[in-house]
Amino acid sequence: MEMQLEQTERGVWVFVEHRKGEIAGVVLELLNEGRRLAKQLGEPLACILLGSSVVHLSSDLMEYGADEVYVADVPEFDTYRDDLYADALEYLIETYRPKIVLIGGTSNGRSLAPRVATKLKTGLTADCTEFDLDDEGNLLQTRPAFGGNLMATIRCPKHRPQMATVRPKVFTEAKRETGRAGKEILVELPELNPWMEILEVVDEDAVGPNLAEADIVVAGGRGVGGPENFQLVEELAKALGGAVAASRAVVDAGWINYSHQVGQTGRTVAPKLYVACGISGAIQHLVGMQSAETIVAINQDPDAPIFSIATYGLVGDVKEIIPALIKAIKS
Amino acid sequence: MEYFLTEEQQMIKELAARIAEERVKPVAAELDEKEEFPWEIMSILAEADLFRVWVPEEYGGLGGGVFEQALVVEELSKACSGVAVSYAASGLGAFPILLYGSEEQKNRYMPDIASGKRLAAFALTEADAGSDVSAIATTAVKDGDDYVLNGTKQWITNAGDAEIYVVIAVTDKSKGARGSSAFIVEKGTPGLSFGKKEKKLGIRASSTREVILENCRIPKENLLGREGLGFVVAMKTFDKTRPGIGAQAVGIAQGALDVAVNYARERVQFDQPISSFQGVQFMLADMATQTEAARALVYSAAKMADSGVGNISKAAAMAKLFASDVCMKVTVDAVQVLGGYGYMREYPVEKMMRDAKITQIYEGTNQIQRSIIALELVREAARKSRK
Amino acid sequence: MHIVVCIKQVPDPSQARIDRETGLVIREGVDKIINPYDLYALEESLRLKEAHDGQVTALSMGPPSAEDVLKDAVAMGVDHGVLLSGRDFAGADTLATSYALALAVQKLESVDLIICGKQAADGDTAQVGPGLAANLDRPHVTEVRKIRHIEEDKMVVERLTDTGYEVIRLSLPAVITVVKEINEPRIPGLRGMMRAKKAQIPAWDAEYIGADPQRLGLKGSPTRVWRTFEPTRHGQGEMLRGTAGEQAVLLWEKLRGRL
Repeated sequence: MEMQLEQTERGVWVFVEHRKGEIAGVVLELLNEGRRLAKQLGEPLACILLGSSVVHLSSDLMEYGADEVYVADVPEFDTYRDDLYADALEYLIETYRPKIVLIGGTSNGRSLAPRVATKLKTGLTADCTEFDLDDEGNLLQTRPAFGGNLMATIRCPKHRPQMATVRPKVFTEAKRETGRAGKEILVELPELNPWMEILEVVDEDAVGPNLAEADIVVAGGRGVGGPENFQLVEELAKALGGAVAASRAVVDAGWINYSHQVGQTGRTVAPKLYVACGISGAIQHLVGMQSAETIVAINQDPDAPIFSIATYGLVGDVKEIIPALIKAIKS
Repeated sequence: MEYFLTEEQQMIKELAARIAEERVKPVAAELDEKEEFPWEIMSILAEADLFRVWVPEEYGGLGGGVFEQALVVEELSKACSGVAVSYAASGLGAFPILLYGSEEQKNRYMPDIASGKRLAAFALTEADAGSDVSAIATTAVKDGDDYVLNGTKQWITNAGDAEIYVVIAVTDKSKGARGSSAFIVEKGTPGLSFGKKEKKLGIRASSTREVILENCRIPKENLLGREGLGFVVAMKTFDKTRPGIGAQAVGIAQGALDVAVNYARERVQFDQPISSFQGVQFMLADMATQTEAARALVYSAAKMADSGVGNISKAAAMAKLFASDVCMKVTVDAVQVLGGYGYMREYPVEKMMRDAKITQIYEGTNQIQRSIIALELVREAARKSRK
Repeated sequence: MHIVVCIKQVPDPSQARIDRETGLVIREGVDKIINPYDLYALEESLRLKEAHDGQVTALSMGPPSAEDVLKDAVAMGVDHGVLLSGRDFAGADTLATSYALALAVQKLESVDLIICGKQAADGDTAQVGPGLAANLDRPHVTEVRKIRHIEEDKMVVERLTDTGYEVIRLSLPAVITVVKEINEPRIPGLRGMMRAKKAQIPAWDAEYIGADPQRLGLKGSPTRVWRTFEPTRHGQGEMLRGTAGEQAVLLWEKLRGRL
């Protein structure tokens, strides 16, 4: 059953993810890209802000480019939870009928978006890295497929809204325009139907900043030599202000925990700079990082596959090069 | 070389190869370094049903035999022969029960051995009884419905970790070699204890300890076969297990050859891979040919052992002798191909070379194998001339 | 308890190649394997089965060749395999896929838990798990790294987040998707492999699960691939020369301008 396109749908929406009272970086990126699309369509850019005691964020969102902010501020929204957030977003979309809904491709976004899109029986494109509009005003959503070996542009021509999750760090953040105002719409939600309890939220002492959102990632592989040398990778990350990542081999060997694993069975990252230290570059690793803007490879073996995708290649002992690099950075 | 394995044998080989590659190889160097018994891998082998392959179906096995066991041992040995021998030694401990056990004994012990729930071990060697089996001093004295065992067995693979021991002890000193008997002793029996873990040159993942029997009292139902059969039990068991030692040797050699070939392709000296030098090529060619010849001999002996043909002592001895000598030579050459790197622990070939040596020594030194072969030759010739 | 594991057959990602002329993925000559993430889902279901005396059904949608991955699942120890196969299912996006899988789950008896891998290695969308839950109108938790325990009609799980983890209690039946950290998948044993060879895998079609053909396959998929193309490759990179120290200094000169 195809939804009739009366074209009554209007506007570009950005779902606002926030942590500890702060707007997530990816939201500012979405506001920038959303602004561009909204302008092209000649329609408003709106934010969906769900949370508890978050109303104060709506003026920030307006300064970052939102024309409208829909706010549902209830105690139950204290922490992110799929059940209630999905119900609320579904309700808001059905009520206010946007044309496009953009959601950050974070753990939460990638859990929320498919639930909502399925309820609405509409299309959803995952981890987009590029947007455009075709002549009929359909959203052209481009995403990497097959581990980044192929780019696919997806359309959702006959269903609304057009929904997409967006890979963090691909778009630049919107600039703040102090004093910019918009319309705040406080919404009343129907009765909530909880299915889960969040018993605990634990921030693990990750080494360095959050891998998913880092601009710079320094990764270590088996070629680093041993767990005792992995510290070098951490020190380099610290010197560069980046996050620490690792290949599967060293996670399996227990040098660092799984949350740092990049690659096919770990995380996918697309930072501005990725420094691969002692990583040979098996395809399973490459699929997790080859969208990085600049790739530096440091490896003893000049024939290591990692060099085939590296912007800069350094052949030599990781244990000598990293300290030299740290020294260069600090001088 | 194509050995025309059945679908089931192919499955066994591939599964063992997968476990060797995914679970054994990554920890082989660590097991060697720490001299740790590979319990975790033993349980993976058990879950994969690999202890079942050589056990008849009526005792929870999959109905294969020596050949299937050899396939598993060979694949495991490519990654770590310390692991392989721990696996194979359970077979060494179990074959006496399969060959000479009563139906009751088989039903009692074989299902747990087949499932890998319990490991077995074979205790023959003593401080003063190595090649000379007739010199064993451990005694078993009948006392009512029991036997009481006293003595110390030496260099027993799986000792301490195994739960089922077949022990050869003297029941009648006056009868010499025909005065020994085989007994099943379970771990936990009062009077059974284990000596310290031996420090070895190779196969360091496997545990090798003394089995100490001090007034160890076992019921007479634990006698295997009848009194006086001890020596025969040992010899017939070795006929079944020597092809397995051969398979272990072939596996180590193949593992070393694989490393050497890959290294020769990648190592560049004088601006070309060393595999382009004839000196290296000839070494690799000889290593490969000898390994393949050893495999052919081992597979033939294993198939003979399963076929039920009469005397297989000569074939089993030849397989063990030839394969172990090849293994020693190939691993030494593999270290040579890798040069200085081969001598270092970062590369696996020095371990393979250390592991290789034992295959020339245990389950009868290669000198004993030659004696067996020569003795059989003379016997065969005598039989012919009598006709 | 009855656990359903959803698995997918995918082209081996390590052999992925693209036809430079058409920009399409070459599927010929590429081994088809079980989606690597699904092995963790299977392993977790088997551990739950062993701990709670349950049964496990593996469910897959795909061409007839997908029977192979269901047999792999049987070899690992699942009790039954079910294949959704037929022309109606072809060309499905994640919406149509989760619709079909939901109907198949409803066809099975009293399902308590559905486990999926975090995502499929060919699509990487991670959308089918949550979509399946939405279709079933049941809760879901993604990226589960540990099942703490199961209560009567609830379970407590740890969910990996971008900054750490959360502990969540959710009502059953439910859908969870699991990450690699949750377990180490077993290698199937010989008896399992032999059982798998003989196993009959029923194939269910659209009619059997009572599906609306308009919501299946390409017809039921709101998203359409408009075009595919090769990503702009990093050009042949620059290899720096010199000693370790020299290379390091050179690199930093090049990088500092970019950061």
